[in-house]
Parts: sequence; structure tokens; C-alpha cells
Amino acid sequence: MSDTHAIAANAAANPEKLQFWMTEDHHPENGTLLGFWLYLMSDCLIFATLFAVYGVLGRSYAGGPSGADLFELPLVAVNTAMLLLSSITYGFAVLEMQRNRKSQTLLWLAITGLFGAAFLGIELWEFSHLIHEGAGPGRSAFLSSFFTLVGTHGLHVTFGIIWLITLMVQVGKKGLIHENRRRLMCLSMFWHFLDVVWVGVFSFVYLMGVLK
Amino acid sequence: MSTHTDTTHGHGHDDHGHDHDSGHSPSTMKGYMTGFVLAVILTAIPFWVVMGHVFTSSATTASVVLGLAAVQIVVHMIYFLHMNARSEGGWNMLALIFTLVLVVITLTGSIWVMYHLNDNMMPGMMHDDAAAMKNMP
Repeated sequence: MSDTHAIAANAAANPEKLQFWMTEDHHPENGTLLGFWLYLMSDCLIFATLFAVYGVLGRSYAGGPSGADLFELPLVAVNTAMLLLSSITYGFAVLEMQRNRKSQTLLWLAITGLFGAAFLGIELWEFSHLIHEGAGPGRSAFLSSFFTLVGTHGLHVTFGIIWLITLMVQVGKKGLIHENRRRLMCLSMFWHFLDVVWVGVFSFVYLMGVLK
Repeated sequence: MSTHTDTTHGHGHDDHGHDHDSGHSPSTMKGYMTGFVLAVILTAIPFWVVMGHVFTSSATTASVVLGLAAVQIVVHMIYFLHMNARSEGGWNMLALIFTLVLVVITLTGSIWVMYHLNDNMMPGMMHDDAAAMKNMP
């Protein structure tokens, strides 16, 4: 009882100082980015299991074609270049965002989206080519795990592009407001993370797949 | 504000007036370009090694490819994802290390166990099992 009296007395004495609420948000501003990082780590585990599946089944050809028969490394190299270029252009978009230049940010985001779309186009062409050759996901355990792993990565890129377009519309309408900056930083992490996964894919699946 | 926001905002970098923006240390052109050049080199070497048949032994080629991939992943983490021990008060790094432990357990565990299973399921052994079954009373 005496405590509450004291608080009441204090409040009466200097109403300016005594506050029962936070004037600033309790969460650190980067809480969203930490949460998004945790999401990326869980995504990393999904890819780890798919890599493990490919590692186990990647040489089970069931009498069908092997990676050395199917993979066209020049095409994979072009695909890798597309994704790497889209990573650096997203970096340029972030730099323009930091300089508060809206139209340049949008321009670099659009270029990033085009590189991403080129990557997806090449990958879809490769998939259709494989299926047309009779090397679809049903042919062997190797091809099932290949399509699952590479397809999951491609699906991530697809959603990344949808997210990118959504953010371009948002930035175009509302400008580089605080919320949009936060969203752009989240997509930046997502996009660069996909590039990291692709490093694993082209090394472990394509380059090691063509070795005897 | 709490302590970790203070550490990440202690650089006095922003010329646009928003102090609470990214939470990360600012991205720089130099950082991105360094990362990009390193990534290009680290991508070109494994493609050259495999497509040019530089090594005769495929085991050597495989270890070079995997080693360079690991280096490139670290490069991407540092220069593109801006990983360091300080970001988010160290929680980013902690989550990353925890995930890496799980990834290593998943990968090595699966491959190790499944290769042993494959060895133990050789056709010859299955035949032995069938023969043993017949002889059983």
C-alpha cells in the first residue's frame, strides 16, 4: 500500500517523469531482420535435407542416364552468371536505397528481376529438355532427387521474383519509407541466400555430377 | 534503446536522417564489388577445372570443387549477407553456427548411414539370407 501511495505522490509531484509505458518501441528495430534470418536458417535446413537426399540417391541411375550424359555445363555456367549478376545488381539497389534515390533503386530492382527471370527461363528450358529426352523425375532415383532439389531452389527464385515485383509496386507508390526499406533489406537477405544455395547446387550437383 | 542497437548504430554513417533503418552496418560499393570479384573467380575456377579436365583423378577434382564452394559460401556470407559476429548483438552468428551444426549432422549422418545400408543390402547377402531362410526348420 505504501508503495502505491509513494508512486501516486511521485506522479503528482512530477507528472513529466513518471511513465508507465515505453515511449519507444521495446523491440530493437532490427528484430524483423533477426526473425527473417531465423527463417532463412530453417530454409537452410530444408535445403540441407534435400542435399542429403541427393547425396544418397545421386548415383542411383536405375540403368538410365547419368549426370555426365545429361548436364550441359556451359548452360549451367550461364545460369550461374545470371544469378551472380542478379546478386550484385540487388546490392546496387540497396546502395541506391541508402542514398535515398527512389528511381535508381527501382531501376536496379528491375534489372535484378530480369536476371532472375532469365535464370528461371534457362532452368525451365533445361527441365523441359530433360523431360522431353525421357529423363523426367520419374526415370530414376537420381533424377527424382535432382528435380526435387533444383526445383525447390527454382521455386524459391520464383517467389523471390514475385516478392520483388510486389516491393517495386510498394516503393513506386509509397516511396522509400521506413517499412519499405525494412522489406527491401529482408528481400536482400533472401536473394543473396538463394545465391548461396545455388553455389552448393552447381558445385555438388552439376560439377560433381559430370565426374565419373 | 537497448545495448545492441547502440552497437550497430555507432558508426554515424547515415546521411539521410533515418537512424533506425537497416540495423546492419551500411553496405558499401567497395564491399559488394570485392564480394562480386571474389565470387566470379571462385565460380570460374571450378568450372574451368571440371570442363578443362585439369586433373586426371576425379577425386582431386571433386575435393577442389567442394573446397572452393565452401570458400565461396563464406565470401557470400561476409560480403553479400553482411555476416559478422556483431550483427544483431551476435544472435545472427549464433543462429548460423547452430544451423551449420545441424546441417553437418544431417549431411554426414545421412550419407554415412545410407552408404552402410547400401553395403549391407548387397544382392549376395540377400541371397544368403534367402538360403538361410530355406534351411531354417
